[in-house]
Amino acid sequence: MPISDAYDDIPGTFVFDYRQARTGYHLNMFCMSLMTAENRAAFKADERAYLDKWPMTEDQKESILVRDWNRMLELGGNIYFTSKIAATDGLSFQQIAAIMSGVSQKDYADMMLQGGRPVDGNRSKAEWKKRG
Amino acid sequence: MARIVAGIATSHVPAIGAAIDSGRTQEPYWKPIFEGYERSKEWIAREKPDACIVVYNDHASTFSLDIIPTFAIGCADEFGIADEGWGRRPVPNVKGHPELAWHIVQSTVLDEFDITIVNRLDVDHGLTVPLSLMFGQPESWPCPIIPLCVNVIVYPVPTGHRCYMLGRAIRKAVESFDKDMKIMIFGTGGMSHQLQGERAGLINKEFDNRFLDNLTKDPDALTRIPHVEYLRETGSEGIEMVMWLIMRGALDEDVREVRRFYHVPASNCAVGHIILENRR
Repeated sequence: MPISDAYDDIPGTFVFDYRQARTGYHLNMFCMSLMTAENRAAFKADERAYLDKWPMTEDQKESILVRDWNRMLELGGNIYFTSKIAATDGLSFQQIAAIMSGVSQKDYADMMLQGGRPVDGNRSKAEWKKRG
Repeated sequence: MARIVAGIATSHVPAIGAAIDSGRTQEPYWKPIFEGYERSKEWIAREKPDACIVVYNDHASTFSLDIIPTFAIGCADEFGIADEGWGRRPVPNVKGHPELAWHIVQSTVLDEFDITIVNRLDVDHGLTVPLSLMFGQPESWPCPIIPLCVNVIVYPVPTGHRCYMLGRAIRKAVESFDKDMKIMIFGTGGMSHQLQGERAGLINKEFDNRFLDNLTKDPDALTRIPHVEYLRETGSEGIEMVMWLIMRGALDEDVREVRRFYHVPASNCAVGHIILENRR
């Protein structure tokens, strides 16, 4: 099996390989720009205008504007880059993790306190399909 | 001659740094974690390394997608603290050891590990959280630090075996350094965690504890774990554990485990920590 097929079989996960790194280059480089307080303020002041300075696809820009964290990853974002948008919004890593996994922050935090998401049943897309 | 006397592995969860910086270490959520490191702090204060090599990964702080070195070593006199988006951690700048760092470059490259030389490097939580866990909150870090940065973000990242072999090359380099110095090496990151997507929050205690066991029992087995197994079994960010194998490769085959700690959770992560000493 090609290695990319093995990566794609892991459910709920985007492996940041050459496919993601290529399509997400500008999206991620926009995120890098948020590493200064000045740029974070400029982005917050007019998000659309700020995003238009980067040669991203319209889908990528839209995913950022509506804060669709999973879509950003699907379109080539990497979590260490997109988390800089979260930081700009004043959100913690755990808060966006809850959003990405589709539960409330409290339910997510409780899951972590109980030992985290178990690996059993979460290894492959086939397991997720069976679960429905 | 210089020699590596011990290896220290620890997770580098950013929320741990935030808890230290905001004075929340005694809160019920965080207290067990900091208690878990108390004896390790006492141990390192007693053992007093002359310098530490800290294997860590940059999290889109110094290295963006423009330049992605697989292995990079900080050769500067001093390293700044990165603003990762939440502002800079209030920790001292990190003083390097350029003489030893350049010696490691010279030795490892001639040994066919083509490591990238970096003279301007801001270090992020990947390096500073382990320092805070081991050294607390001093006004300046107690010894020079050589940052050794590994790409574990953009695939393909180095294999566990390659990391282990780099550790061996680093040991050879250190042992040919003509100064009587006591060196420690840190492997950081892990253990199981996934920060992204619908599977965020994945933890695999069984894998993590077997990994901790095998650092002394069967490190060779660890070097054979393929990327996809880390990804599937330990979450997408569990791959950071390959960095522990650089630390392990730099030690003797036969080591003594002097300290171990494992705790779930810290934010999205399993916290793992071990100290291994060479016997001689």
